[in-house]
Amino acid sequence: MSTVKTATSGHHHHAHHYESAEHEYVTSKFGTWVFLVTEIVMFGGLFVGYILFHEKFHEMFHAGSTFLNWRLGALNTVVLLFSSLTMALSIYYAQLGKKSLVLLNLYVTLACGFIFLTVKYFEYTHKFHEGLFPGALFSYDGPEAHQFSNLGMYFSFYFVMTGLHGSHVIAGMGLITWLIVRAHRGEFGPEYYTPLECTGLFWHLVDLIWIYLFPLLYLIG
Amino acid sequence: MATATHDPNKNYINEKSGIWSWLTTLDHKRIGILYMISVMSFFAIGGTFAMLLRWELFSAGRNIMDAHQYNQVFTFHGAIMVFMVIIPGIPAFLGNFILPLQIGAKDVAFPRVNLMSWYCLMIGAAIAFFSLFYNGVDTGWTFYTPYSISTQNGTLLMVVGAFIIGFSSILTGLNFIVTVHKLRAPGMSFWRLPLFIWALYSTALLQILATPVLAITLLLLTAERVLGIGIFDPKLGGDPVLFQHFFWFYSHPAVYIMILPAMGVVSELIATFSHKTIFGYKAIALSSVGIAAVSFFVWGHHLFVSGQSEVAGILFSFITMLVGVPTAIKVFNWVATLYRGSMRFDSPLLFALGFIFLFTIGGVTGIILAVIGVDVHFHDTYFVVAHFHYVMVGGTLMAIMGGIYYWFPKMFGRMVNEFWARISFVLIFVGFNVTFFPQFILGAMGMPRRYYDYLPEYQSLNRISSVGAWTIGTGFLVGLFVIIHGMRKGVKAGPNPWGGKTLEWQTASPPPHENFHVQPVVTAGPYEYR
Repeated sequence: MSTVKTATSGHHHHAHHYESAEHEYVTSKFGTWVFLVTEIVMFGGLFVGYILFHEKFHEMFHAGSTFLNWRLGALNTVVLLFSSLTMALSIYYAQLGKKSLVLLNLYVTLACGFIFLTVKYFEYTHKFHEGLFPGALFSYDGPEAHQFSNLGMYFSFYFVMTGLHGSHVIAGMGLITWLIVRAHRGEFGPEYYTPLECTGLFWHLVDLIWIYLFPLLYLIG
Repeated sequence: MATATHDPNKNYINEKSGIWSWLTTLDHKRIGILYMISVMSFFAIGGTFAMLLRWELFSAGRNIMDAHQYNQVFTFHGAIMVFMVIIPGIPAFLGNFILPLQIGAKDVAFPRVNLMSWYCLMIGAAIAFFSLFYNGVDTGWTFYTPYSISTQNGTLLMVVGAFIIGFSSILTGLNFIVTVHKLRAPGMSFWRLPLFIWALYSTALLQILATPVLAITLLLLTAERVLGIGIFDPKLGGDPVLFQHFFWFYSHPAVYIMILPAMGVVSELIATFSHKTIFGYKAIALSSVGIAAVSFFVWGHHLFVSGQSEVAGILFSFITMLVGVPTAIKVFNWVATLYRGSMRFDSPLLFALGFIFLFTIGGVTGIILAVIGVDVHFHDTYFVVAHFHYVMVGGTLMAIMGGIYYWFPKMFGRMVNEFWARISFVLIFVGFNVTFFPQFILGAMGMPRRYYDYLPEYQSLNRISSVGAWTIGTGFLVGLFVIIHGMRKGVKAGPNPWGGKTLEWQTASPPPHENFHVQPVVTAGPYEYR
């Protein structure tokens, strides 16, 4: 990116088409919010599908949710909420210019992402083991499967919704890794923390979507 | 920032050289030119498919292809023209080039995102074209389930390609919204924005609010084909009509993604070539936003015969007719601007007048189709085909051509050959009406769309239509010649050859890398002629 050092500020950067670092900051933040709107609309399509089919196959959805372990879901909820706190703290400490605390909080946030995905991995493999696959691949042969012929659809929603969410967790972890690299280089401080702020907004949205997924998938039984 | 030592011979084209400097550029003008090359190439491919379709339909029975090939050709024609030509055509190409210039900015807000959006288009297009090696796609550009789940061919690649192209559109819209909010020149209030900017802004709202729904729809369709998730598959308890709802929740607003920026171009052309303050500036500006708002509540008019409730049908029918109000406001204001204007009948104005004429026919037939009783009869006939071609070709493509000829001196610093530009207009305009007017009659007679063959009594009108199509094809070839000739041998243009009042005409042609040598300060509205 063609960044230029401005004569007035000396030690922080902004792209050539902005008037100032402040101008770049508010613009980037606004752009991130617009991007989050598109994410909400995209997940919104899934939620609409969920609502329609939940309405139509009420009891089948309840039967499906009993296969999920709500304790693991609750654990992941706590992990993600905690990671939102550490993400926010990393911005707070950047504003105070405390580099080591910025890094500590970013590492903890990243670790929370790993814990979340690890728990998800064990949940997924358990489902695969039981034959609880989406739609046409569904091969579970218990009494519930005989009672509800389309029980696979519940797992279609489960895997598509948590899968799309999980891919966002991975994307967020990639961004946080990039922030850690830049924080090590000492790029963030009270003058410049735009990438922290924007990644933080994205990370909070990813958490927020999970806050909705958890009750809709785990707690309806 | 203004520098005292700029070189007047340096501009965005000759500032750097080499293909790599173009492929990695962050300059919105260069990215606009990249889009121009891509969109024109895709248009050539999609147009060739159209010519082949009209050749096949020249006579009843088989002419040059079999029924299966025919299904593929119309699918590719539709998908290429919609996703790769008309949607990116004005915003990503003309808009990219002109938007920062018109608001007095140095670039769009996020130049790297802007370049990424072009790569999304190219990668998505490459994947979509790759489906040709997997037995093509025969679903039509709408990918209706359950057929799109079961047909054995490259549908998956086309769906993934369209998904990626969708991100190109989202990122462009995001960039434009942020740019208009945050990067306007000093003094450029919202009520001083040129009408092209209002139109692009309204379009961008649609791009960010509707396209994500297409993304999730195509993602679900992909999962449907790969994993058999069954959400749209009635065999597994799913609902194929839900796909249609999802698809049109995006694709109807997408129709306005296609036409709103065209209306913006026409507003600029009418004002400049009437040399007169535009009539009803605020009405035109707000009607763009109005069309964008209403467009989210009309998707059900694609489902009048798909099994939605009667109440829903009546509501959608009524709301669809409401679209006519802001649209008519625009048309009346354009005509009022032309009235007693100092008109210059250069080729851009000819295209603008062509737009008003053809788009009005397209719009009014849209109202006819919004009437449920009539639509049940016309649904999936050539009447519908003629209607949306009047809007998309007669509307959007006319505006793109007019816009190219209008901003050509700004982009390349040269003028096009006016005589041949007018010839291209006459061929396209006449050919267009010869092609598509008979299709209204064919549709009213009951000829269904997307069918490979037809009854003998439809043959004479089909022949007229085919001859018209080849005339349009010739017209666009002449247009291509005019553009290439203009780039190489056109007469040098000054900064403001048309006497335009908007900001892009106040900098050099072609503009320097940072657009303006001195940051412009805006003290008046965009069309203050007299």
